[in-house]
Amino acid sequence: MKILVAVKRVIDYNVKVRVKPDGSGVETSNVKMSMNPFDEIGVEEALRLREAGTAEEVIAVSMGVERCQETIRTALAMGADRGILVQTEEELEPLAVAKLLKALVERESPGLVIVGKQAIDGDHSETGQMLAGLMGWPQGTFVSKLEFEGDGLKVTRDVDGGMEILNLHLPAVVTTDLRLNEPRFASLPNIMKAKKKPMDVVTPEDLGVDITPHVTVLEVVAPAKREAGVRVGSVQELVEKLRSEAKVI
Amino acid sequence: MSVLVVAEHDNESLGSATLNTITAACQLGDDVHVLVAGENCAAAANAAAKVAGVSKVRCADDGRYGHGVAEALAALVVSLAPDYSHVLTPADKFGKNFLPRAAAILDVSSISDIIEIKDADTFVRPIYAGNAIATVKSNDNVKLISVRMTAFDDAASEGGNASVEALTPVDDPGISSFAGQDLTVSERPELVSARVVVSGGRGMQSGDNFKLLEGIADQLNAAIGASRAAVDAGYVPNDYQVGQTGKVVAPDLYLAVGISGAIQHLAGMKESKVIVAINKDEEAPIFQIADYGLVADLFQALPELEAELQKVM
Repeated sequence: MKILVAVKRVIDYNVKVRVKPDGSGVETSNVKMSMNPFDEIGVEEALRLREAGTAEEVIAVSMGVERCQETIRTALAMGADRGILVQTEEELEPLAVAKLLKALVERESPGLVIVGKQAIDGDHSETGQMLAGLMGWPQGTFVSKLEFEGDGLKVTRDVDGGMEILNLHLPAVVTTDLRLNEPRFASLPNIMKAKKKPMDVVTPEDLGVDITPHVTVLEVVAPAKREAGVRVGSVQELVEKLRSEAKVI
Repeated sequence: MSVLVVAEHDNESLGSATLNTITAACQLGDDVHVLVAGENCAAAANAAAKVAGVSKVRCADDGRYGHGVAEALAALVVSLAPDYSHVLTPADKFGKNFLPRAAAILDVSSISDIIEIKDADTFVRPIYAGNAIATVKSNDNVKLISVRMTAFDDAASEGGNASVEALTPVDDPGISSFAGQDLTVSERPELVSARVVVSGGRGMQSGDNFKLLEGIADQLNAAIGASRAAVDAGYVPNDYQVGQTGKVVAPDLYLAVGISGAIQHLAGMKESKVIVAINKDEEAPIFQIADYGLVADLFQALPELEAELQKVM
């Protein structure tokens, strides 16, 4: 079985994001970029399945500008076998990403696709569900445990009040929760090896996918700033202020 | 055109998030329908019919909808969507699971986690863990939207008198099945709708120490939450998590104990009306957004706080 994992290049989670003064978006020049943390977990899970003998090949795919190759190289350094970049300068919304993934799935015929449950830039949490819908495949979203059982997949997933277990037919799409695993670091020898691993570059036109946006971003602004309040000296003072000043207890 | 709200419910009653979503729907149109899909869900459907502002309830009562499994629910929503200008659902795990699936099948974008409605096509949503706020315009004919519940008031649960129409189930693709659940049982209010939330972070040092928060939560009729660090450390279950990838809360009072204030945690609670931080590190970023900050060792402060609350409550 092949596993396809999607990896997104995003602003590193430690970077304080700044909104551009002209309201067109957030500042990305001279900002550290990294692989979306949930996608790292996806890569790790795919590698573990290969190491357990469940999968034979792990393909890391990304979409966007040429430098997304770096993100794919990170996945290859972790241990993925090969990469595919769908290169475009256009902004891609989740629906377009899902359509591009569908085209790659049809080319590669993986038994499982793993994507992060959300990317920490757009915070949409949509791509995996959309791909599953487009393929007519089952989906396991926000998954913290994944087990192959018979010819299907058993997933433990987050629901609003706790956890739920679903049985899914294969092929399927899974989106990762933070607790699924702890991703490995790429070792230096593996980073060197990753440079020689194969990477295909294709375009949305090559794949015959229409990526026209359905949603236009009109404006991006900074949120209203919350000011720091006062320090209190004791628990008594705190309770007194919550009662008489804030009137919340 | 009419607006459809896909209700989150437990077959007996509506989830509180559904009431917020109905409020958002009423801003978009005056013919608001509610879809209640479940198993033996007549009670939830009747509850929806009483909500102020609802003109029709559409009830799909069938085994395939018993647990909100995405494949069956998305297929049902896809069959209904062409009758509506907008389909809304809460931006919780329930809504985020099926809505994008339905959107892709309909070849429309879905718009997640809106916090404001500008007009029928234009919505405001946070990105980058709330560090930027985007205004977006949809060009789709039917708009599939998930609604951040803390950004909209509850609709009144009484006062409506809508008709309830039974729907025939649509074909279930039959590719997934529910196999069990482990729900957190708690006497406390729901985290996302509680008036007071008491949260612990890594500073709590163990799951056992969360008992220190329980006494305070009892006094204040509060829900208990946690930072991701506390969840990752295994102190409490994941459904306690408040933050960018956990639950978003906006209570009247949020008490953050032993929480440093990572960006991703702030994303889940900074809209709270009053924020109190107790932390022994006076440089902790949480103090930059707290209305009241107490620099103290929590193991000393929490028992004191419980005793003080006992005196005054």
